[in-house]
Amino acid sequence: MRAGSIIFVALVILAASCSRGGSGDVQVLRLATTTSTNDSGLLDALLPDFEAGNDARVDVVAVGTGQAIALGEAGDADVILVHARAREDAFVAEGHGTDRSDVMYNDFVIVGPSDDPAKIDGVPFAADAFAAIAAAGAVFASRGDDSGTHTKERSLWEAAGVVVDADLPWYKSLGQGMGSTLNYAEETGAYTLTDRGTFLSQSAGLPNLRILVGGSSIESNVDPALLNPYGVIPVDPDKGGIAVELAGAFVAWLTSVETQERIGEFGVDAFGQPLFYPDSEAWRNR
Amino acid sequence: MGTLGKAFTDAFGLLWNLDPSLVETVALTLQVTLAALVIALLVGVPVGAAVGLARRLPGRWLIVPLIYTGMGLPPVVVGLFTYLILSNQGPLGGLGWLFTPAGMIVAQTIIALPLVVGLTMAAVQGVDPSLPVQMLSLGATRRQVAGVTLLEARIGVTAAVVAAYGAIISEVGAVMLVGGNIEGETRVLTTAIVLETRKGNFALALALGIILLGIAFLTNFAFHRLQVRQGAR
Repeated sequence: MRAGSIIFVALVILAASCSRGGSGDVQVLRLATTTSTNDSGLLDALLPDFEAGNDARVDVVAVGTGQAIALGEAGDADVILVHARAREDAFVAEGHGTDRSDVMYNDFVIVGPSDDPAKIDGVPFAADAFAAIAAAGAVFASRGDDSGTHTKERSLWEAAGVVVDADLPWYKSLGQGMGSTLNYAEETGAYTLTDRGTFLSQSAGLPNLRILVGGSSIESNVDPALLNPYGVIPVDPDKGGIAVELAGAFVAWLTSVETQERIGEFGVDAFGQPLFYPDSEAWRNR
Repeated sequence: MGTLGKAFTDAFGLLWNLDPSLVETVALTLQVTLAALVIALLVGVPVGAAVGLARRLPGRWLIVPLIYTGMGLPPVVVGLFTYLILSNQGPLGGLGWLFTPAGMIVAQTIIALPLVVGLTMAAVQGVDPSLPVQMLSLGATRRQVAGVTLLEARIGVTAAVVAAYGAIISEVGAVMLVGGNIEGETRVLTTAIVLETRKGNFALALALGIILLGIAFLTNFAFHRLQVRQGAR
């Protein structure tokens, strides 16, 4: 009898945990995105407006670009918001998503220790700076996690004509997120490639690191290779169980002039400059 | 089912080809786990036996719940604590152990130690309380009493070894923070699984999980053989 009632209570708890959120008929949009949009606080600032306007809840899965794309491919997300242009185009070309829309951009910068052993401070182009780091054998911390930032880093090494792998004593492939990689660079005096937004939002805890390539703001970044565009893609409805209409509404809302304006204002109060720059078609044609 | 099936063929393929990076990762996993386990046993078994035997220990009402709490220490908190101690700004920053296997061993030892102490204590307390009294009356030293009691409690002590081993070989939060998951330097099986999952390589991640479970099974099989032999003696 007692064992029976314990099992009953356990089943009730299990059943209660299954109803997600439990607020009736609220529609749920599953958004797979990268850690940068979530960790910067951008989505927290923007999403309540969409949720209220569409009587919906957005479940944000913030992961690396590789995993976000895999979630979309498996139909485990309704819409993806990522930054790795070539892989986004492949995602659409392979039929996993309907179409890609520009959303916003920010830029990458190379940060490193103040003593700058590879002497890259003020070098205008990232590929030249990477070549100098390799020539000096200065320690470089790579995300190593197949993220959008890691994808960009690999293309910059290629442009620099340097073949990198884990056997090089100065090349550290961490396989971790941007925040952890920056902490590693801070502790060990390493160089790393980071998006400007994450670096700015974390810079108070990184006294030894400073921006060496990319300038103090996006306007002073002269290397077009360091631009970091974000795209949004609704997942192919044929995968089944996809919130098609809500995903469409999300794309329309995210690229609308009103939301774009709020993207451009985000972070100005805290950091004196935006963390993301609006770039949707509607915004460019406004 | 596609991903699940691929995971098993991937696991088999990695093992069959003795994938060099897999071998390196497995070797480091075993090195860190076994080093932490040995240190935790060398310190934890005597301490656990002492606490278990000293039934009138002053402050026992506080010490025992503290040990039990330690058995449930969240590994990520242990990792954070170790990280801050070993960081450049931390008290032991001068050792240069952050992002090295040595630092990972420190974190794993802290996780394993309360498990070894707590379970050894419980095993020793399970031994007939008249045994130490008789031995002392026959003129045995306290050290001899502890030795014989541990021998009597050997099955429980082996359980302590197994529990501590299982806790640290499967642990991911602390080794990720303290080790940094650096390829070829501090990457172990659990952190490799997290990484491959983040990359979206679900089949490869699960394949590594299967290999981790296989290693844990083989080790526990060895522990069990030891336990059976001891029980029969």
